[in-house]
Amino acid sequence: MSAPTQAQDYLRQAPAVAERFRRLKERPVVLEVRDLTRSFPTAAGKEVTALRNLAFAAHRREFTCIIGPSGCGKSTLIRLLAGLDEPTSGEVLLDGKPVSGPCPDRGMVFQGYTLFPWLTVKRNVMFGLQMAGMEKGQAEAEALQWLELVGLIKFKDAYPAQLSGGMKQRVAIARALAPNPRVLLMDEPFGALDAQTRSQMQHHLLEIWRNVDVTILFITHDLDEAIYLADRILVLKAHPGEVQELIEVPVPRPRHPAQTNSPEFLAVRRRLEELIHPRLEETVEKLPIVRLTKAGDDVE
Amino acid sequence: MTRRPRWFAVGKEPSSRARITLGLLSFLLPLGIWALVSYVPWIWHPLVRVSVPGTVEWFKPDLLVEHAVFNEENAKAVAAGGTAATGTPANPIFLPAPHAVGRALWTAFATPPILRDELWLHQSLWLSIRTIFWGFALSSLIGVPLGILCGAYPPVARLTEPVVDFVRYMPAPAFGALAVAVLGIYGAPKIAVIFLGTFFQQVLVIANTVRRHDPALIEAAQTLGAGPRQLLLRVIVPSCLIDLYNDQRILLGWAWTYLIVAEVVGISSGITFFINQQAKYRNFDNVYAAIIIIGVIGLVTDQGLAFIGRRIFPWQVRRSSRLRAFLALLGRKGGQGV
Repeated sequence: MSAPTQAQDYLRQAPAVAERFRRLKERPVVLEVRDLTRSFPTAAGKEVTALRNLAFAAHRREFTCIIGPSGCGKSTLIRLLAGLDEPTSGEVLLDGKPVSGPCPDRGMVFQGYTLFPWLTVKRNVMFGLQMAGMEKGQAEAEALQWLELVGLIKFKDAYPAQLSGGMKQRVAIARALAPNPRVLLMDEPFGALDAQTRSQMQHHLLEIWRNVDVTILFITHDLDEAIYLADRILVLKAHPGEVQELIEVPVPRPRHPAQTNSPEFLAVRRRLEELIHPRLEETVEKLPIVRLTKAGDDVE
Repeated sequence: MTRRPRWFAVGKEPSSRARITLGLLSFLLPLGIWALVSYVPWIWHPLVRVSVPGTVEWFKPDLLVEHAVFNEENAKAVAAGGTAATGTPANPIFLPAPHAVGRALWTAFATPPILRDELWLHQSLWLSIRTIFWGFALSSLIGVPLGILCGAYPPVARLTEPVVDFVRYMPAPAFGALAVAVLGIYGAPKIAVIFLGTFFQQVLVIANTVRRHDPALIEAAQTLGAGPRQLLLRVIVPSCLIDLYNDQRILLGWAWTYLIVAEVVGISSGITFFINQQAKYRNFDNVYAAIIIIGVIGLVTDQGLAFIGRRIFPWQVRRSSRLRAFLALLGRKGGQGV
């Protein structure tokens, strides 16, 4: 276990980094969460609190990652933000106004590929625009622009079943961004992808984010992914889900995979491991030792 | 040594050539058994067809009698100093040989009706197809939308499905007499029986299909701004469309099974009338021909609809179709020939 002084390394910010976060916090707050609590009744008649008194704010064009052990209510949180679920108490404010119910001003990218299989790639992207009442020709023109942005213009007439997992998620991102949302909510969007596609997608996402005026909240359980993408990382703890720490990632932008070995990156990583992994040890059930082999201990 | 791939294993699809062979065999095997029973004289053949009557008084050429009777009468005739009859083993009249039925497939169409007000076979068939069409179309017109509403909105299902489930168990032919009383004796009550036989199953089948829609797609559509109406018409219905289409194919087959009971309601008509009439005249080859024609119409309709389905749902994940594989093989063979 690393010494506390080492673990606190990430708190010592270089002046340039401190300046970056000061400017970030001067930007207007787009999404604010106040005292958010969500509890579910269980079959046994008791209540399970998934989230308790959660509060944080995301500033304009900020990239926030939400990370935490399983069962910390990450998905509950993002569903509340999307309006797909109602909080037990507390509220979610978008540009200072409380939200209720789903609305395209909070776009969402799901972990499963939720593209509409009966629509072509282009039609999928047009869906949100047409729901907003946009006339077909204009919706088509805009959809094509978004497909250009995610690099899939060649596949505009393909059906989702013909695309790879990474391509499907790029279409899903284009589809969520097309109605010009204020916030893009992403629920472990790259969780089902292989490692290589995943890092490509992370790179793509940062590129897209640089070109669009959108605030991103991104759920993940991958520490490196969180550090690589985020301005700030919201660390939750489980049972009940509460904010454990809000980490300001000092790694400079634009990000690059080579930064994974930089001291700033490693300092944040150490801190995240400390916050998340000890809990894992506490919660993991010890298995009984059952010997099923007579061989000696020649395998470590 | 190269290992030959196993073609017979759990869950393993055989090659396309093997699939076609198996598909043909599935028709040829029963046909083969039928041919064996018909053409090999020592298999079954419980009767004797008299060729020369001899001195047996009541024997006539082509008369069918049981073996025991034949031998007994011959013994009597010989004892009386006469000559014995000769004959060949034969099957009963209700089992015509394949070639007779094959011939009947043509002659049944070419034979003019015996009575003046009877119909030709093609006219009877057309009448049957019209009955099926209207019964199924009327049922679908109400059943499909109602099923979709039940599948999409649980309160509608709670209101509708209990009574539908109840009526479903009442056999449609039981309503035949009622249908005649209300709708008369001609075409309408027959359509009504097909309607009753299809409709209640249809509502439940369609509702179940629609209920299986993916809730994640609904949520995705909601975050994109879809309202309640759009969720139904732009998400739920299209997401189930392929399954609904295939349900309709199966239900159409169902409607055909009600045809025979529907057509005896009121004045018997259509293919059922033809079959009953031919059976009365003991033209069993025509009876078999008519039954086979119904099967062919069903198979061709179903495969035709499957073919159309693949055209109108381009997003469908392609599965190998028997018909297409067969056509492809024919195409390849033709290509090789040239």
